[in-house]
Amino acid sequence: MEEIIISTLQRTMIAGTPLLLATTGEIICERSGILNLGVEGVMAVGAVVAFMVTMTTGLPWLGVLAAVAAGMTLSVIHAVAAITLQANQVVSGLALTMLGLGLSGMLGKPYVGKPLTLKMNDIAIPYLSDLPYIGKILFFQSPFFYLAIFLALGAWFLLERTRLGIQIRSTGENPRATETQGVNVFLIRYLCVITGGGFSALAGAHLSISYSKSWIEGMTAGRGWIAIALTIFALWNPGRAIWAAFLFGGIFVVQYLMQPLGISPNFLSMLPYIATLVILLLISLKDPKRLNAPAMLSAPYNRGER
Amino acid sequence: MKDICKSFHGIHANKDINLYVRSGEILGLLGENGAGKTTLMNILYGLYQPDSGQIEINGSPIRISNPVESITHGIGMVHQHFMLIQNHSVLENIALGYKDTPFFSPKKKLRKQVEEFSKQFDFKMDLDQRVWQLSAGEQQRIEIIKALLNGADLLILDEPTSVLTPLEIKELISILRQMKADGHMIIFISHKLDEIMDICDRVTVLQKGRVVGHADTADTNKKALARMMVGRDVVFNIDREKLEPGKKVLSVQEIHVTGDKGMPAVRGVSFELFENEIFGIAGVAGNGQRELAEAITGIRKIDSGSVRMNDKDITNKSPRHIYDNGVSHVPEERIRFGIAPGLFLYDNAILKQHHLKKFSKRYFLKYSQVKNHTKTIISDFKVATHSINNQIRNLSGGNIQKLILGREISEQPRLLVASHPTYGLDVGATQFLREHLLALRKQGSSVLLFSEDLEEIFELCDRVAVIFAGEFMGILKSDDEKLCDIGLMMAGSKGF
Repeated sequence: MEEIIISTLQRTMIAGTPLLLATTGEIICERSGILNLGVEGVMAVGAVVAFMVTMTTGLPWLGVLAAVAAGMTLSVIHAVAAITLQANQVVSGLALTMLGLGLSGMLGKPYVGKPLTLKMNDIAIPYLSDLPYIGKILFFQSPFFYLAIFLALGAWFLLERTRLGIQIRSTGENPRATETQGVNVFLIRYLCVITGGGFSALAGAHLSISYSKSWIEGMTAGRGWIAIALTIFALWNPGRAIWAAFLFGGIFVVQYLMQPLGISPNFLSMLPYIATLVILLLISLKDPKRLNAPAMLSAPYNRGER
Repeated sequence: MKDICKSFHGIHANKDINLYVRSGEILGLLGENGAGKTTLMNILYGLYQPDSGQIEINGSPIRISNPVESITHGIGMVHQHFMLIQNHSVLENIALGYKDTPFFSPKKKLRKQVEEFSKQFDFKMDLDQRVWQLSAGEQQRIEIIKALLNGADLLILDEPTSVLTPLEIKELISILRQMKADGHMIIFISHKLDEIMDICDRVTVLQKGRVVGHADTADTNKKALARMMVGRDVVFNIDREKLEPGKKVLSVQEIHVTGDKGMPAVRGVSFELFENEIFGIAGVAGNGQRELAEAITGIRKIDSGSVRMNDKDITNKSPRHIYDNGVSHVPEERIRFGIAPGLFLYDNAILKQHHLKKFSKRYFLKYSQVKNHTKTIISDFKVATHSINNQIRNLSGGNIQKLILGREISEQPRLLVASHPTYGLDVGATQFLREHLLALRKQGSSVLLFSEDLEEIFELCDRVAVIFAGEFMGILKSDDEKLCDIGLMMAGSKGF
């Protein structure tokens, strides 16, 4: 029994890692007022690029860098459409998802089913990993796990404790007022969208070279959409995103555990979305002001308009 | 500022404006709505670029191409609509605007500075409160602190008192006096004469984008300023036929209406309207005109009082019920409230009449009749469009307004409520619409006309009421001599 619990929690951490990475990116992006529904597609491209580069060069970290670069480049499309051209962000984001999924399927065709022989080894943190129970769960994990937590904490610090963070959040709340204070609203939004894309691709890289160590088309399996739900669930706060992402990761793992017990996997895969709805409902009933969504989320900003 | 010119779409907002401020002085900038006050100040603050002209500080010319540059030149501005992030705390808002905010932990490091600063001016403020929790007066103080922290020598206040309660205004005035004593310069934009006389040392009056006068407040009086601001001898259009008013059409008794912010917007207004009459309501924007128009047409709830149309009570009835009783409405903000921009012309032509028998049968519209009706409106009202199968958003403002007017008066209403019907239109369209209002009057209907354009009021109206802060300052006949001082009434003096 003890074994099962520990291994379940271990796998929870692994399953939560890509969710946390993608959610952190989406939070940064949405805090600047741009809704990016392209997470799923960018994640898929990140996964395939990381796999291809790692496979050919044998350098997993180069694969990760290539994936992040690809994700950022792809996000520029959304940034141009949403910020410069002031297009509908829902449409542009959905287009990005479709583009990314298609592109990844095409690029990855020759690699389907090939296993990745070199591994990105798990890192054991000295001393801490020897702690009973917790050691194995929290301190003997893939480097992505530590990176995800570090980046989420970093994003929280950036948004809440730096000048740039105030500028980003102000841009999402009221771009016009922000601009009169001498902030380049367009630059801030571009930076946030592109950074968010890098995070999504990083999540994808984790899937293909650390989590499953192989590539199949559609391997992102809706994780990008869950990240968007998580962004709301975490109330646009990267700190809250940490435990939220691992909670959702847990739901993923529980799916596999419950299946032998005769509970429909379809029901379980609904759980993350139901949980988001319930939480939103509870918060809205209690105190709508706490919902905290950036006021100008998904509203294009037009400088000249009076 | 020397010879400043600025035009939007070929219309001069500022023309050859010269202005100066001395240190330790409060300059009042007086003018009606649309006189170009805000445009001029936005140029000074770097939000707009002047088409020509020059800005000098201490005799040396400078170029201000964005707000950051104006801040470094020591210019601060408190906008009429506060530039604050509602969801953020006071401290975060100050950190956003402050030029030397440190990158890391900006809030912690700024807190002390701001606290000392607000003590100096005796501001009491909780820096961790969110802006939306604060009153308008407190929000304004944040803006002032923001400007002063950035080292502003010249503070521009754009209509600072329009959102304040009388107590807050008193506090603001004492803050401004203290700043003046410290050697700051202040430009105070307003159209309220009392405040200008009270606070300012000197006043410059703008009218239609030009400077029409300077005065020291010590050697002028309200009456002279009011005439300067309105700036024209009141001449009535003699073309207007003399018509005897007929039967009573509308009677409004002591109505009270609440505005969007939960404050009373209309306070005890009463008047009556007769056939063959155009009744004008003059006043500076935001004094309850919109709420009054909406209350009469059924869009806004009336708290107390009654509205009767042909002796039938229509108080708080549905807009359609009121329409069916012969009240038409040409709303302000025509794009937002007058049309459905994405629909075709013929859809828009029956937005209010679709339920009439001649346009619909059970659940279906009779499109051939609808289209014929639209064509009639288009030819009668000279709407320039290549087709009625055209989205109405493709039309110009003037043509949209012609179509709206056509729609509203095609069913021969007993009363037309028209809010700023010619606002933003060119001369030709304006003249055309005014002629139609006069024609409607001749046919025995009555018109309730809301306008900020005094020329329009004088040209069209048989009687004029002046509204200020939700109350009528008086109702004058068109041949009343007191009309010369209508500017004074618009600034809040009751019939004297």
